[in-house]
Amino acid sequence: MVRVFIPADTTACALGADRVAAEVVLQAQDRGLEVEIKRNGSRGAFWLEPLLEVESGEDRYAFGPVRPGDVAGLFEAGLHGSSTHPLFLGKVTDIEWLARQDRQTFGRAGVIDPLSLDDYRHEGGYEGLNRALAMTADEIVGAVTDSGLRGRGGAAFPTGIKWRTVLNTPADQKYVAANADEGDSGTFADRLLMEADPYQLIEGMTICAMAVGATEGYIYLRSEYPKALQVLNQVIATAEDANLLGKNICGSGRDFHIHIRVGAGAYICGEETSMLESLEGKRGLVRFKPPLPAIEGLFGKPTVVNNVLTLAAVTTVLAKGAAYYKDYGSGRSRGTLSVQLAGNIRRGGLIEVPFGASLRELVEEFGGGTASGRPVRAIQVGGPLGAYLPESQWDTPMDYEAFTEVGAMLGHGGVVVFDDSVDMLAQARFAMEFCAVESCGKCTPCRIGSVRGVELIDKIAKNENKSASFELLEELCETLDQGSLCAMGGLTPMPVRSAIRHFPQDFEVSSGSGVER
Amino acid sequence: MCSSSGAPVAVVSAAVRKYADIPGGLLPLLHEIQAGLGYVPKDSVAVIAEGMGLSRAEVHGVISFYHDFRNKPGGQKTIHVCRAEACQAVGSRQLEAHVKTRLGVDYGETTADGRYALEAVYCLGNCACGPSIRIADDVFARVDADRFDELLGDT
Repeated sequence: MVRVFIPADTTACALGADRVAAEVVLQAQDRGLEVEIKRNGSRGAFWLEPLLEVESGEDRYAFGPVRPGDVAGLFEAGLHGSSTHPLFLGKVTDIEWLARQDRQTFGRAGVIDPLSLDDYRHEGGYEGLNRALAMTADEIVGAVTDSGLRGRGGAAFPTGIKWRTVLNTPADQKYVAANADEGDSGTFADRLLMEADPYQLIEGMTICAMAVGATEGYIYLRSEYPKALQVLNQVIATAEDANLLGKNICGSGRDFHIHIRVGAGAYICGEETSMLESLEGKRGLVRFKPPLPAIEGLFGKPTVVNNVLTLAAVTTVLAKGAAYYKDYGSGRSRGTLSVQLAGNIRRGGLIEVPFGASLRELVEEFGGGTASGRPVRAIQVGGPLGAYLPESQWDTPMDYEAFTEVGAMLGHGGVVVFDDSVDMLAQARFAMEFCAVESCGKCTPCRIGSVRGVELIDKIAKNENKSASFELLEELCETLDQGSLCAMGGLTPMPVRSAIRHFPQDFEVSSGSGVER
Repeated sequence: MCSSSGAPVAVVSAAVRKYADIPGGLLPLLHEIQAGLGYVPKDSVAVIAEGMGLSRAEVHGVISFYHDFRNKPGGQKTIHVCRAEACQAVGSRQLEAHVKTRLGVDYGETTADGRYALEAVYCLGNCACGPSIRIADDVFARVDADRFDELLGDT
C-alpha cells in the first residue's frame, strides 16, 4: 500500500489539487495498486502546489507542481524515492526553500492531517496547554510577557500586557476573541494555519482563556475563507468530544467554549473594535478607545482580542518556554515572523523566519524575483495600508521598528511584489479607492477624505492644477493621518505618500496625454 | 416576502427562532437566510427586527453595512473577482475588464440570463497565485481571460 499526501488547502485546490487526487485514485485503480490518499494542509510552498508527497518509511518524497495530466506519468516513472520523473523534487524536507526556514508556528503545516487530533498531539500539540494547566494564571501571563511576543495582526502590541490587563480586570464574564478576519491583500498565513494546523489556534485560545479567566471564546472568521470554516467546525467538535473544549477541560475544573462567527465581507471588521461590534451582531463601526477592549470589550466585558498567529505562537511559548521563543528575532521584535510572499513573485508562499531578515533576501533568495521575469520595481509590505518600498529600502531588516523608521510598516507580514510595469499613480489611487469602499463611515476624514483623494489623484493624472492638487493631496493625507479614529483612515496615506515620494516620475503626466488609468 | 412561494417566510421564521436567543445572533441569522434564499428579502426586515428585539432601522443598517448581504435575488452563482493589490500585480485589472465585458455586467449586477452575479472582492487569501476569482465556494488561481472563459464553460 502506498500512502500519498495531496493538500486540501485553498490555494492547492485553486490550482487543481482535487482533480489531481481524483486522478490518482483512477490511475491506481487502473493499475490495480492500493493507494491511500491523505489530504494534508499545505506547507505553504504555493509555487510547488499541487505538491504531491509519497510516504516511504519515515520519509516523504515530493512531486510538484502536479497537474492532473501529469499523474499517469508519475505512476509510470515510479511513485517513490528514486523516481526519474521531471517533477520529482526529492525528499520534501530537503527542498531548500523549506529547509532554510525556521518554522516554529508552521512546523506542522502540510505535515499532519489537519483534522486529526492524534496527528496534532503526536507532533507536539497540546504540550503548551498541558503546561498551562499546571500553572497559575499569573505564571502563564508571565511566560507570555517574558517571551516578548507582540501582536501579529499588525499593531505589534505586547501580548503579555494585553493579557495582564484582562486578568487584572474583575468581571463576571470574560472573553477571548480570535481575529481571523485576515483582509490584507498579500496575506494568507492565518488561512494557511487554520486549514493546515487548526488545533493550534484552538489550543492557543484555550491557553489564553486559562490565563485571563475567560469561559467563552469567539473566532471571527472572514466569509472569504469557506474551507477554513469547514475545518474549524470539525476540529472544534472533535476537541469538544475529547474534553479539550467545553466543561471541566481535562479535569481542570475550568470551562471554555469556542464559537465561530463568520464575517460578511467588510475589511474594517479586522480592526479590533469594529470586529467586536460585528460579533455583537451590529454594523462594524469602529469604537472610540478608551475604553480598551481589554477592559470593556465584547458585550462590554474584558476581552482579549488577538490575531490567529499570536494565539498560535502562544502554544510554542508555553510548550518550549519563554526564553526559547525570545531567543529568536531582532531588536524588540522577538520570535519568528511569518512572511507571505505574494503578487508578482516566482516562488511565492509562506516563509517563517526569525525577525531581522532583509526584504531583499526574502524576495530575491526565497522568492526568486518576479513571476513575469521582469525587474522588481516596488514592494508593498503590510497590506493595503502599508508603504510601497523602492529598491533603496529593500535592505531594511524585517522588524517592526526598522520598518517604522523608513516610514513603512510590517503589518501582518504580507509582501506584495510588483514588476516594472506597475503604474504607481494607479496604485496610489487604488489605496484611496479601497479606503472609500471599506471605510466604516464613522469619521469624516476617512469616509469623505478618501473620496476626495481619488478625485485629486484623477486631477493629477489629467494634469489639472497640478501643484495645487499635490498640495491639497498632502494636506488631505495629513488630515487622514491625524484625524481618523482608526488605522483605516490613519494609514491610508502611507501607500499614497510612499508612491509619490519614491516613484514621482509616475505622477508626471504630460498635459493632455489622456492616459486611461 | 414572496407570498407566492411561502418558502421565504418559513426560512426567515426558522432562522429567527434559531438565533433569537444567541448573543450577537443577527449576523449568523442573516447568513442563514441568505444561504436559504439567496438574498435577504426587504420585507423580512420587520420580522427579523421583531424576533430579535431590534428596531427595523438597526436590522436594515446591518444588512446594508456588509458587502455580502443583498436584498434582492442575485444569480444562480456568484462570481467574485479579486481587485486587491496582490492580484493587481499579476494582471487582475485586465482580467476584471474582460470579465465585465464577457458577462455584460458591472460589479453588483446579475447577468441577463440570471446565471451569474458579479461581485468585487478584496482578497481571497490566494495571493501567491493570482489573479484569483471565486465561483460559488471554489477559488481559482492564475486566472487570465482564456482561463476565465474556460471556467465559464465548465460551470
